[in-house]
Amino acid sequence: MSIIDRAFSIHDDAMILRSHRTSILAANIANADTPDYKARDMDFSSMLKQAATGQGNKLNMARTNESHLSAGSAHIDPDIKYRNPLHASLDGNTVDSHVEQAKFSENAVQYQTSLTMLNGKIRGLNLAIKGQ
Amino acid sequence: MGLLANFQISGSAISAQSMRLNTTASNMANAETVASSEQEAYRARETVFQSYLYDKARPAEAGVAMLGVVESAAAIRTQYDPENPLANEQGYVFTSNVDTVEEMVNMLSSSRSYQNNVEVLNTSKELMVRTLSLGN
Repeated sequence: MSIIDRAFSIHDDAMILRSHRTSILAANIANADTPDYKARDMDFSSMLKQAATGQGNKLNMARTNESHLSAGSAHIDPDIKYRNPLHASLDGNTVDSHVEQAKFSENAVQYQTSLTMLNGKIRGLNLAIKGQ
Repeated sequence: MGLLANFQISGSAISAQSMRLNTTASNMANAETVASSEQEAYRARETVFQSYLYDKARPAEAGVAMLGVVESAAAIRTQYDPENPLANEQGYVFTSNVDTVEEMVNMLSSSRSYQNNVEVLNTSKELMVRTLSLGN
């Protein structure tokens, strides 16, 4: 694991997962009026655990030499589950747009948290590189 | 695909909702339209949505597509109006089967959904812009 990987620790994985989750929640909000659409979401913490321990479906680059840097690709297959609806609706749609809106903004804030963390790490690294 | 997919997803929803708004507008406009036979009378139209996958490998990122437009099967009302040039031999005209209250509700619902999706787009855009300036 390179020093850059270690500096970013879990935040880069978290950001990728968060951006996947934005799409899933955006799809839920988009399909709020679609008959028979079932709202979906992903289990973020277990996905992050998988990504952090390298158990996820991460595509690692082949290393032909020990001194090559290891580079995992951004591809993590999210484990997607259906949401349990709070109440049934006649057209078979399980989207509660208020719940989805709340989750969407929560996810957006958490994405920005990861961004801020990464920004801080990058600033620290820059400082170390420049030494001033 | 992450944040970039949101533009497709929310964009499709915005376009579907604006189609629904258009249909409602046309129904409202024709609420008072009369015709000289039951076949010619205006029937309320309604859009049918379907979820649409952009990428089969990503089943959770579905947009919205218009499946089609269906006409309402509600009964056409007849009105006795012999002065009307469109009246039939018995002096009746056939009014549309548009339920204006239902159309108003439809309009509010689609405009709210439209706003929701615009909000999602704005947030996604904001997140993308902030990601692009990462490390600056």
